[in-house]
Amino acid sequence: MNDLYESSGRYLSLYDDNIKRISENSAPFINSFREEAIANFVKTGIPTRKNEAYKYTNLDAWFKHEYKNYFIPDKSDFEKAEEFRCDVTDLDTYGIVLLNGFYPTINGKLRELPGGIQIGSLNEAAKKFNGRIEKHYGKYLNGNNDGLVHLNTAMASDGVFIYVPAGTALNRPVQVVNLVQSDKDMFNQHRNLIIVEDNADFTLIICDHTLSPNKFLTNAVTEVFVGENAHFDIMRVQNEHNNACKITHTFIHQEKNSSVSSNNITLHGGLVRNNTYHYLGGEGAESNSYGLFLVDKWQHVDNYVNVDHVFPNCKSNQLFKGVLDEMATGAFNGKIYVHKDAQGTVAYQKNNNILLTDDAKMDTKPQLEIYANDVKCSHGATVGRLNDDALFYMQSRGISKREALLMLMFGFAHEVIRNIKVKALQERMDNLVMQRLKGELSRCAICMVKCGNM
Amino acid sequence: MLIIKDLHAAIDGKLILKGISIEVKPGEIHAIMGPNGSGKSTLAAVLAGRELVEVTEGTVTYEGKNLLEMAPEDRSKEGIFLGFQYPIEIPGVSMVNFMKTAVNEHRKHKGLEPLSASEFLKLMREKKEMVEIDSKLANRSVNEGFSGGEKKKNEIFQMSMLEPKLAILDETDSGLDIDALKIVANGVNKLKRPDNATIVITHYQRLLDYIVPDVVHVLYDGRIVKTAGKELALELEAKGYDWIKQSVEKNELS
Repeated sequence: MNDLYESSGRYLSLYDDNIKRISENSAPFINSFREEAIANFVKTGIPTRKNEAYKYTNLDAWFKHEYKNYFIPDKSDFEKAEEFRCDVTDLDTYGIVLLNGFYPTINGKLRELPGGIQIGSLNEAAKKFNGRIEKHYGKYLNGNNDGLVHLNTAMASDGVFIYVPAGTALNRPVQVVNLVQSDKDMFNQHRNLIIVEDNADFTLIICDHTLSPNKFLTNAVTEVFVGENAHFDIMRVQNEHNNACKITHTFIHQEKNSSVSSNNITLHGGLVRNNTYHYLGGEGAESNSYGLFLVDKWQHVDNYVNVDHVFPNCKSNQLFKGVLDEMATGAFNGKIYVHKDAQGTVAYQKNNNILLTDDAKMDTKPQLEIYANDVKCSHGATVGRLNDDALFYMQSRGISKREALLMLMFGFAHEVIRNIKVKALQERMDNLVMQRLKGELSRCAICMVKCGNM
Repeated sequence: MLIIKDLHAAIDGKLILKGISIEVKPGEIHAIMGPNGSGKSTLAAVLAGRELVEVTEGTVTYEGKNLLEMAPEDRSKEGIFLGFQYPIEIPGVSMVNFMKTAVNEHRKHKGLEPLSASEFLKLMREKKEMVEIDSKLANRSVNEGFSGGEKKKNEIFQMSMLEPKLAILDETDSGLDIDALKIVANGVNKLKRPDNATIVITHYQRLLDYIVPDVVHVLYDGRIVKTAGKELALELEAKGYDWIKQSVEKNELS
């Protein structure tokens, strides 16, 4: 068996040793998935590089490490988290803070926003609105067989729950700030469920942060349901330190004529793997999947995107970009799967990467599987250097080489940023990216929100 | 203003310029003509500081300074402007941001405060009108999706923003229809001052109907083979470059 046999075994023992405690603290419906999930995990294990989907990302060292495990939050942790309560300045949002994957109990576990929109703890919602959870929880994984998704289903017990009733819209985005803090190395998992009903319009921002320098491993699953004619925008900003590994799995299920835009921006992190699954489950649905990462040192970022065209006349678009400096590595794997009946599909994919040094490395793999005949598909991938001609052109106008390099990299990155619909957010991201490119942005130096003690 | 002496330059080890000497004085317009492959663009590249070109011999003095030791951006800030034969597209960098950065770098060099956003936009508006460039182009990325003519007009627009002392226009007329050609020429003429100079590099004589040169040089096989007044351009037009080639081979011109 593979190298990870040992660590897979360890995570199985972790389950065996803690499942009683976890179950006692969780809603029965969520518990009902655990047994099957752990059985599936035993079959699949933690993915290795022999697994085609993880060919370019080595999780080995991260999963072999000994962590303190975090299953039940302490009240005192949330008191600490209160210190990081974010003071939202020019970006006006409804804020939620998750600490180590748990929703703080301190201010009540569920909050009602205008229009009957609910945000809060998944665990609490599962106890309170079981019907709503039963309808959606675990329904959008589409037989996904990633061992890490199974592991999450088996053991995660809390995360964010968001319910946006039919026809409602908020005047500002909801922002989830994921904080990881511990004085010991820590493994944690959380699970989010977002329900956007028919004709609703909802924008979500997720920020990932680490607050202490310990080694962290986070494995998070998010399920999203987007109803007919609904709009959903999700934007994730990742700014963790180099000793942190973040693995996200986001499953977005779309109904007829809905539209979704997903934007993943990775500014910092030791190892980041984002799996984004778009399921176009109704005629006329449209999805846009964007991603940008900026890496240096030994950082590694891997974006794995899967778009399923199941019904006719759906549109999808993928645009992922990376800037890799020093010894950093990256990967992109973009799959478009057009089912037999999905006639009239339009699907585009683009992946462009810039290597700033000889040591940086990028693997990119487009995958198209098309079983319908009336389809418009395109894909393109590039890995290259900054354009010398453009550099000289700018210098010849009096712009210094350093400034010209910055402007070129920024321009490259801006092609992703400009797809962010909320203008204030777009400007904020532009500033963050510029700071990152100038080397001024260290972990948690600044965020979408200006957090008091960060 | 500019003194080029016995300039030799190579690209990838291949000698392209084989001893060029030209002197340009303030207020003058020089035309450099020559058949394809004679080294015209290489000369422009040397003057602008392109690293690709290696100077193997000779000197270039600009306002008393050794030009060849200056970085491309410093040459620009000292007043040299190169109008590109093939302007570069820069996706993601807006014209406004590009020009604002350039103008403010120039101002910093002169010890001036940077322009405020409104001052800058006002300046840009004035210059856009002067070169008759579509104002929408200014909101786009640099040269991205511009037509050939728009790209060339954009070069003249940038020139007018930066107000160079010495402008080198590399085949700015190529690919232009007669209307665009007039606009480009008009832009150059409007920027003309007694203390600045222009080098117009061109294959054809027709641009010189609109920009009247004081001196015409004919470049052939990396050498200046003939220098005369504006009438030389007409003679070239009438007789064609074969006349030059044959004359050089017969040693009539040197």
